[in-house]
Amino acid sequence: MTESAEQANASATASADGQAAGGNGRTPVLSLRNVCKNFGAVSALTDIELDVHAGEVVALVGDNGAGKSTLVKVLAGVHQPTSGSISFDGKSVRLADPSAALNLGIATVFQDLALCENLDVVANIYLGQEKDPYHLDEVSMEVRAWTLLNELSARIPDVRDVVASLSGGQRQTVAIARSLLLDPKVIMLDEPTAALGVAQTAEVLNLIERVRDRGLGVIMISHNMEDVRAVADRVVVLRLGRNNGVFTPDASNQELVSAITGATDNSVSRRAERQRAAQPVAEEVQA
Amino acid sequence: MTDNAKQDKPFLDQADVRVSHESGALGAIRSFLSRVRSGDLGSLPVVVGVIVIWTVFQTLNPIFLSSNNLVNLLFDMSTVGVIALGVVCVLMLGQIDLSVGSVSGLASAIVGVLWVNQGWPVALAIIVAVGAGALIGCVYSLLYNRFGMPSFVSTLAGLLAFLGMQLYILGNAGSINLPYGSGLVSFGQTLTMPAWFSYSVAVLAGIAMLLSRYRTAARRKEAGLSSQSLISTVLVAAVLTAILLFAAWYLNQARGIPWMFGLFVALVLALNYALTRTKWGRMMFAVGGNKEAARRAGINVAFINLTAFTLCSSLAALGGVLSAARLASASQQAGTGDVNLNAIAAAVIGGTSLFGGRGNAYSALLGIIVIQSIASGLTLLNMSSSLRYMITGAVLAIAVIVDSLARRSRVSHGRE
Ligand SMILES: Nc1ncnc2c1ncn2[C@@H]1O[C@H](COP(=O)(O)OP(=O)(O)OP(=O)(O)O)[C@@H](O)[C@H]1O
Ligand SMILES: [Mg+2]
Repeated sequence: MTESAEQANASATASADGQAAGGNGRTPVLSLRNVCKNFGAVSALTDIELDVHAGEVVALVGDNGAGKSTLVKVLAGVHQPTSGSISFDGKSVRLADPSAALNLGIATVFQDLALCENLDVVANIYLGQEKDPYHLDEVSMEVRAWTLLNELSARIPDVRDVVASLSGGQRQTVAIARSLLLDPKVIMLDEPTAALGVAQTAEVLNLIERVRDRGLGVIMISHNMEDVRAVADRVVVLRLGRNNGVFTPDASNQELVSAITGATDNSVSRRAERQRAAQPVAEEVQA
Repeated sequence: MTDNAKQDKPFLDQADVRVSHESGALGAIRSFLSRVRSGDLGSLPVVVGVIVIWTVFQTLNPIFLSSNNLVNLLFDMSTVGVIALGVVCVLMLGQIDLSVGSVSGLASAIVGVLWVNQGWPVALAIIVAVGAGALIGCVYSLLYNRFGMPSFVSTLAGLLAFLGMQLYILGNAGSINLPYGSGLVSFGQTLTMPAWFSYSVAVLAGIAMLLSRYRTAARRKEAGLSSQSLISTVLVAAVLTAILLFAAWYLNQARGIPWMFGLFVALVLALNYALTRTKWGRMMFAVGGNKEAARRAGINVAFINLTAFTLCSSLAALGGVLSAARLASASQQAGTGDVNLNAIAAAVIGGTSLFGGRGNAYSALLGIIVIQSIASGLTLLNMSSSLRYMITGAVLAIAVIVDSLARRSRVSHGRE
């Protein structure tokens, strides 16, 4: 157990310079130091360090319950950290509530989406950001909603339908569209593609690259290593609420899995072993 | 499929071919029926209820639908109607205020004491009474926001406490008569709109509706969205004007439309505008539908709670002032008995859901019409209040059942 942790730490330091190179030495747009979050006796996050640079996609991976969503919620102002410091654009900030994070330009797609099912799609996309507070500008809000949704190749029949009548994937697209509304500086996506179809997943991954190219910082959480490799510039592994290594996306599956699970011995590594062992045999048979 | 789909460039909002877009009057009726079937009942049950109740009472006693009786009905329902309007606000958040009756009684006592006993100007007395209501609402929201005290409990405590306060300030006399002939009492008992005014309002309402719908349609068309056809807009506005003109004419056969009812309707329209057309209203629906989602969208949930509770108690106090005017007295009985439950029942019967996040300002108007019609009909039949309580209770139960069934149906049709 301790041994594997050490190994993971070793790989973390190994790629630490990779991290610096990715940031080009600029100050990160978002930076966390020693962030801890306790829920009563449970320490969901312990001494988390994380840097996100402008124009960079950071993938956050880890097992169920590793603390990924908790970290995202801390950055979204939903939870307050127990200790530690967060700085945004080089300035130390306190994210006291969700509107503080939104005002800084941190937009979030939550894992549970956080949509109001009794409101229609337009109202959800514009929730809290309505145009013309004393006489809502429904027409321009609806047009903008369609534009955002079309960018995501959304399959939404009618934006005047209540969200309750949408499928899981359609809701996810609505939540993503909402996060794009404000032109944020950092966008956090907690398992954004979990319920999406093939075309929509591709569209979301495209979108992540597009917003990265526009200079936004992106934090993406996913359990799908293919998606992670496709778009991430850096892969940050959390395990049991702690940092457990930073990798480049070309790190081997085995490395990633052992960092995520904390074990060198598991089915993935065993399969790799077996393949290596089987290769000479296969060659012999051919001969 | 409609004509739109055959066009070269479909409307921005009708590009999806899987959705049938109804057009024209027939289409509107068809989509209305399908909405009803999926449990999105809107005001339908209560409209049906009113028709049934009116038919029954009219056959039992032909005086019921006479102009005279209807004018009285409008006078009577305005007081509790205003209270019910406040209840709509708290129900919208999934909260409740059980103390609206006591608060209205307290407000009437304040007006009686300050105006009649202390000789204050009536306007100032009314302002103090409504201000006291607002303060009470602030206290409820503080208890809820700060201490997480469920509104059910805090307002139940308020029900008793403010009844006590009402008895305390009325003192030994127990009842204060408001002077007949004063502006306030005339407002509550006799003042009605002149005929020409009621007809102008009916016509202006139609024109206003036509203009606003026409402007919306024009803007939508300009933005590339589908829009309502001009003919159906004109049709709807014409029907509205005709109904209003007929109602005004019928009521003008007797004393005419009470100003107090005019005030009530104006408040309903104002709240309707606030709930549907302003950011505040959107936030009310959001907090009622999903508090946590609203919070994460950056909405100040505590502030929304504050506005809803304050509005509710202020309107309850205003309702109390109006009922003092109606009865020309501030007594220990004011706001007791069935006032509380009638106000809450009216909001629920009118279609505002007890589960929060679903409702509208008109439900106060529609619900109070049902309740006051029952009361008036039974009074005309010389029935005792025992029967009235039982029937009103049964109607409330039916309304809640309809609400729950509709909700279940919405769930199964994927609309909730
Ligand atoms: N509000 C809360 N109260 C108490 N404990 C919590 C709360 N939220 C999260 N936790 C705990 O914190 C830990 C991390 O949870 P979190 O949701 O961050 O995991 P995750 O990495 O997002 O997992 P998944 O991949 O399943 O989404 C878990 O042990 C969870 O039980
Ligand atoms: Mg999670």
